[in-house]
Amino acid sequence: MSLANQLVDLIAALMLLTSFAMLAQRRLTALVDLLALQGVLLTAATLVAAWVTGHAHLYLSALLSLVLKVVVLPTLLRRLVRRLDLQWDREALVNTPTTMLVGIVLVIVAFNLALPISALSGSILRGALGIALASVLLAFLMMITRRKAVSQVIGFLAMENGLFFAATSVTYGMPMIVELGIALDVLVAAFVFGIFFFRIRETFDSLDTRHLETHPAGEGEDV
Amino acid sequence: MSFVSFSPLPCVLGIAVYWIALGILGLTQRADRDAGRILYAAGAAGGLLLAVTAAWALGDAPTTVQLPLGLPGLPFHLRLDSLAAFFLVLLGLAVTGISLFSTGYFTSGSTTNDRVTCLHYHFFLAAMVFVLLADDAYMFMVAWESMALVSYFLVTSDHRFAEIRSAGFLYLVVAHVGAMAILLCFGVLHGPDGGYTFEAMRSADRTPFWATTAFLLALVGFGAKAGFLPLHAWLPEAHPAAPSPVSALMSGVMLKTAIYGLLRIGFDLLPIQYASWGVIALALGLVTMLYGVLFAAVQTDMKRLLAYSSIENIGLVLAAIGLAIVFRAHAMPALAALALCAALFHCLNHALFKSLLFLATGAVMHATSQRSLGRLGGLIHPMPWVAGAALVGTLAIAGLPPLNGFVSEWLLLQAFLLSPELPDPYLRMIVPVATAALVLAAAVAAYVMVKFYGVVFLGQPREPSLRYAHDADAWQRAGLLFLVAGCVLAGLFPVKVLHGIDHVATGLLGRGMGDAVGGHWLHVTPVSAERASYSPLLVLAGILGVVSAVFLYVRVRYHMRTRRAPAWDCGFPAQTSRMQDTAEGFGQPIKQIFEPFFRIEREMPSPFDGAPRYRARTEDKLWYALYLPLVRLVERIAGWVSRLQHGRIQWYLVYSFATLLALLVLIRCQ
Repeated sequence: MSLANQLVDLIAALMLLTSFAMLAQRRLTALVDLLALQGVLLTAATLVAAWVTGHAHLYLSALLSLVLKVVVLPTLLRRLVRRLDLQWDREALVNTPTTMLVGIVLVIVAFNLALPISALSGSILRGALGIALASVLLAFLMMITRRKAVSQVIGFLAMENGLFFAATSVTYGMPMIVELGIALDVLVAAFVFGIFFFRIRETFDSLDTRHLETHPAGEGEDV
Repeated sequence: MSFVSFSPLPCVLGIAVYWIALGILGLTQRADRDAGRILYAAGAAGGLLLAVTAAWALGDAPTTVQLPLGLPGLPFHLRLDSLAAFFLVLLGLAVTGISLFSTGYFTSGSTTNDRVTCLHYHFFLAAMVFVLLADDAYMFMVAWESMALVSYFLVTSDHRFAEIRSAGFLYLVVAHVGAMAILLCFGVLHGPDGGYTFEAMRSADRTPFWATTAFLLALVGFGAKAGFLPLHAWLPEAHPAAPSPVSALMSGVMLKTAIYGLLRIGFDLLPIQYASWGVIALALGLVTMLYGVLFAAVQTDMKRLLAYSSIENIGLVLAAIGLAIVFRAHAMPALAALALCAALFHCLNHALFKSLLFLATGAVMHATSQRSLGRLGGLIHPMPWVAGAALVGTLAIAGLPPLNGFVSEWLLLQAFLLSPELPDPYLRMIVPVATAALVLAAAVAAYVMVKFYGVVFLGQPREPSLRYAHDADAWQRAGLLFLVAGCVLAGLFPVKVLHGIDHVATGLLGRGMGDAVGGHWLHVTPVSAERASYSPLLVLAGILGVVSAVFLYVRVRYHMRTRRAPAWDCGFPAQTSRMQDTAEGFGQPIKQIFEPFFRIEREMPSPFDGAPRYRARTEDKLWYALYLPLVRLVERIAGWVSRLQHGRIQWYLVYSFATLLALLVLIRCQ
């Protein structure tokens, strides 16, 4: 087993670990830190892929990940959390042990699902696909179990990280133009969400999505 | 046959484009009233030109053209054959009368938005032309749906009123159910390599099962537009809601496009017919006819009455088509041609006299703003022109000679009377019952028309304001007179009309009526001169002779020795308008005899009530038995579905999550 393979496996394992950590983490600031950590792992994975294949554009991609996912987005989110005065907020989780158990089941499912695709893939990073899929599903699960809009956005960004990791691990990254497009989309999404948070809070004095739950048919209740 | 090089198809297309241009002009006009009205008159000229052009094309070989419009690789195909030409003649004639009338009718402020109404009106005309010209399923559906949408907007042109909006919605729903059935029908009919041109459909091989499926789908789809029985509910709602010229167009022409579609699919695209289809169509037609006429008899709103009468006439046409299919399936082409000619002739007649009657009700409503029969009466004095035109219309629709309604009903009756020649013994047993039903419906239809005319125009005015009702203006008179002339001429010279119709029958069945129209121009002899023949001019001469003889006799015998004396008042010191027979009273016998057909709610006053009021509502049983349960079912399903929609973001995420997992597992399992 080559050094590159071992490195990628290590990074993949750390990815999975951060995904579980995010699932269990209650503090919003800590969640943002974990997201930044995922960004670092992603950058490392891309660097390894670039080193193995020697594709120059993968270095660029790694730089993009570093700037966007380690610096820009976490900074944005941290400022958002500070401006919305949410540093000390603790998310009321839906029964952490159960969530973790469901997460483990999801990982097994994800590995099972990835099996045939990994077998087809000729890349050095084949074992990582299952983990990438698992982190997508775990991020999704996190979005489902959270109430606060900010943590859902973090979940969304974590999902995107998982997808990106899948792309790097299976196909050595996407074409540059696609990566640029996705990066831009994520950035714009972060801005839009930021604006949204302020609007939600202005309207409801809270970021809890329970306040959005009035029925569309509106039984006597105004939104 | 043409001695000048003249191709009708581009001309017909040109008229459709001309109408579209008129509609757009109407939208851009100022609120200046006369400029807008001229557009309708210009549209009428287009109608006349269309009728003449299409009549020219009757009997010519089909011509086709491809428009460079539509989707890439899927151009619009148009085709003008005898069948389309006949319905274009019908469209042109009816539109000429209706547009002339509209020139006087759509004065500013008569609808919510006159400019938009003008646009929809002319687009409606153009859409109907394209329905008749379409030669592929794609073009047909585009034109058909445009027609449905534009007519929906026309029905709801007075959308200030809630009941008009709900009537329009009902129409839209039924129209879309029908359009879906037609779409499925075309899906079944597609050509050998998936081609959707009518040319490809004609040449496709089909098993009897799929051919029957296609026919039944067409029956449902076009039935929704034409008003065959369980799908008729929109007619009595939409017609009173629409402005009268629109009702005239919809009833007179749009219902015929549905008949056209049925003929196009039933006879043209499906080359082989089975007797069972004919029996289904015949039975459905007869039931529709009886149902329509019985409900027409108990209506108290004149436009609802005419709407139910349209259902009756469409039922009659469907019965004739069913009979034609039965004859054709048993290889009796001459009789099939006879029944088909009767159906087509009746389509033309109905377009003429039903448009005439709807326009007459429009003139009455315009003058009196009353629609209820209980508030009209005696209008023959203030409105002699309208009353005279409506008299011709009612006589024609009641099927009295020498007008046009008689000819088609008589031809159909001849076809029915000849059906004992059918080889199938069961059919031979059914047909006498069917004939009896036909005669019953025709008789009740005459009764209905006596009621309509008598209550609206004869007797004493039931409201004092009616004495000051104004007659139709010159444009409206012109429109009415054009249609009156159509009814009279088609009645007096039926052989000429049958000449044209015969081309259609020849095109569809491969054989026309032959001798019936080839003989003397004076007599219609459907089978042989020994068996039956009808000469409207002789009948007219007879009627005129008898009337003038009686007139002279009375004049000479009685008026010579008239005594002038104070009138004996028969014991009535004062006669008021409330003493005359009402619409409810006139319909009462029918209501009594056919009580099981109706759902009647009566409110009886108590015997001690000082000011007793009697109220009765007659409603459609099918509405309660079929439509309301369907509505409840849809609402319940919608309720279940809307439980998914509760606004909880976490649950929406769970939905996507579950979908994602399910799809992934699905991929894994393959």
